[in-house]
Amino acid sequence: MTNYVIEVEDVSKSFGGVVANHGISLKVPDGMITGLIGPNGSGKTTLFNSIVGYHPIDEGSIKFKGEEISKLRVPQIARRGLLRTFQQTRIYSNMNCIENMLISIPHRRMKFADMFGEREDRETMEEVERLLDFVGLYEKRRLRSGDLSFGQQKLLEFAMALMNKPEVLLLDEPTAGINPTLINGLIDRLRRANEEFGITLFVIEHNMRVIMNMAESIYCLAHGEMLAHGSPDEIQNDQSVIDAYLGAH
Amino acid sequence: MNKNFSFKLHFPILVFGLVAPFVFPGLQLQIATLWVMVLFALTWDIMGGQMGYNSLGNIFFFGVGMYTSVLFQVGQFAEIGAYTAAHGGDNFTFTNAQYYQGLVIGIIMSGVVAAITAAMLGWTVFGLRGPYFAIGTLGIAIAAGELMGTWEWVGAGSGISVPVFPGSAEARSLLFYFLCFGAAVLTFVTLQWIYKTRFGLAVNAIRDDEEKAEAMGIHTVRYKTVAWSISAFFVGISGALFGNITGIIEPLEVAFPTVTFGIFMVAMTLLGGKGTLWGPVLGAILFHTLKEVTWTYFLGWQWVALGVLIIINVVYFQQGIMGWLIERFPEKFGIVVEEKEATR
Repeated sequence: MTNYVIEVEDVSKSFGGVVANHGISLKVPDGMITGLIGPNGSGKTTLFNSIVGYHPIDEGSIKFKGEEISKLRVPQIARRGLLRTFQQTRIYSNMNCIENMLISIPHRRMKFADMFGEREDRETMEEVERLLDFVGLYEKRRLRSGDLSFGQQKLLEFAMALMNKPEVLLLDEPTAGINPTLINGLIDRLRRANEEFGITLFVIEHNMRVIMNMAESIYCLAHGEMLAHGSPDEIQNDQSVIDAYLGAH
Repeated sequence: MNKNFSFKLHFPILVFGLVAPFVFPGLQLQIATLWVMVLFALTWDIMGGQMGYNSLGNIFFFGVGMYTSVLFQVGQFAEIGAYTAAHGGDNFTFTNAQYYQGLVIGIIMSGVVAAITAAMLGWTVFGLRGPYFAIGTLGIAIAAGELMGTWEWVGAGSGISVPVFPGSAEARSLLFYFLCFGAAVLTFVTLQWIYKTRFGLAVNAIRDDEEKAEAMGIHTVRYKTVAWSISAFFVGISGALFGNITGIIEPLEVAFPTVTFGIFMVAMTLLGGKGTLWGPVLGAILFHTLKEVTWTYFLGWQWVALGVLIIINVVYFQQGIMGWLIERFPEKFGIVVEEKEATR
């Protein structure tokens, strides 16, 4: 029987008169890579924001591992192991790569006294170096992260998310703006994060080659509503998806 | 920061602090005030520099500490209402033991009560951001001064006098000098330690991108509350000391001096370089020295001189002294800079 880590049921969200999401329902299976596609303005990022607590939803229910989370705040949801990255890379550009990683340690079991704990203990530093090596930034670990290229900053943000040891990671256009030569490396690392670290991935992506190769199941939104759901093959052959979205690609 | 660079600043300042009251006995009060200014700047920087929350009301905790201290100093041995009534009320004489017991407990409690007050206030004002937080905190400080001015039990606008020191004027002056110096050193050492822990990174993360920090699961409210409480703890202690130096606590000019000390703590930090450990120290030394010199030699022009300094600072020199040094000599501060072509 499939376990679902995220269960979204009949979620609606409006901003004033603009309906961003209407009656959205979807399920993200545990341990898999699930895709979310749709034209610009179809409500994908709004849905991500609702899942991780940035927007209070108007109607519906969002569950993480069976627990209702739609009333929780962003950090509370993150501490449960549900994390996201952003469309525009969000790193601490005045800090070096190591400091960015140290900020990203898991906070879910942190006690009050741990606030004043040693930040560069051996175990943590080993993990920092292992993950920076994993994303290919070990040699640049002491560089100010704002001096990294855009693609490297994306990799750093991904490493920061891994440092947090999430159970589920929501990735908002991970390959956007990345040099094509770096994309294959990123896809490989996303797959390895899923397979080796056991992290469930839920990915918004406009690059059809990437999402069709990577995801096992794909949801397609259009005009704030769920248009289709299926395997990559089913989605690619769905006439409504072709009309609304793929036809443009 | 480079350890040698830091030691080069630690050592002369420490030596100066220890010998100053003996070398410059006529300037004891001014130099004691300098250490209070250093403490002000360091504690303001926890919020404004390290965490990006520009509070204009930190002086509120100065007043809270001042009143808390005197209430504990007096209240352990006399009835407060009778002591303050009719501006002097009961003529109560404290024994030596009562004075020192009251002073020790008063100083400790001034920090504790200020810290607790900050934690409680934090739950209401941390929902505010940017200028709203600045004005909100400023409002708290102004309101507190006005409210204390109407509270008869603590002397209202006439104020409340602190117990008289049971010794010579010289001994009193020396005691409070070293208490002020000790409080500044304790504040510096505490901040130097906590900035090296996870706390330092977390508050910097809140400053640089609070939304991202929340997305990573950081307990932002907890960190903000603790940061403000630490700041308030030391400002509260400085209030206790300053109240005992002035001898009479009056609500608007002494306990809640919003437009003087309340603004100075911001100006000093900006001058020295906010978000750095040494910036507030250097800023306070420079600002206070200039203030004392203009007060002594250019009386009547002192506010103009300070105004010009602040304008030059915020218009032409926003990074402050330490910020400028870090930009100019990044390697001295452990910042690795790589050639651009190698990073692309």
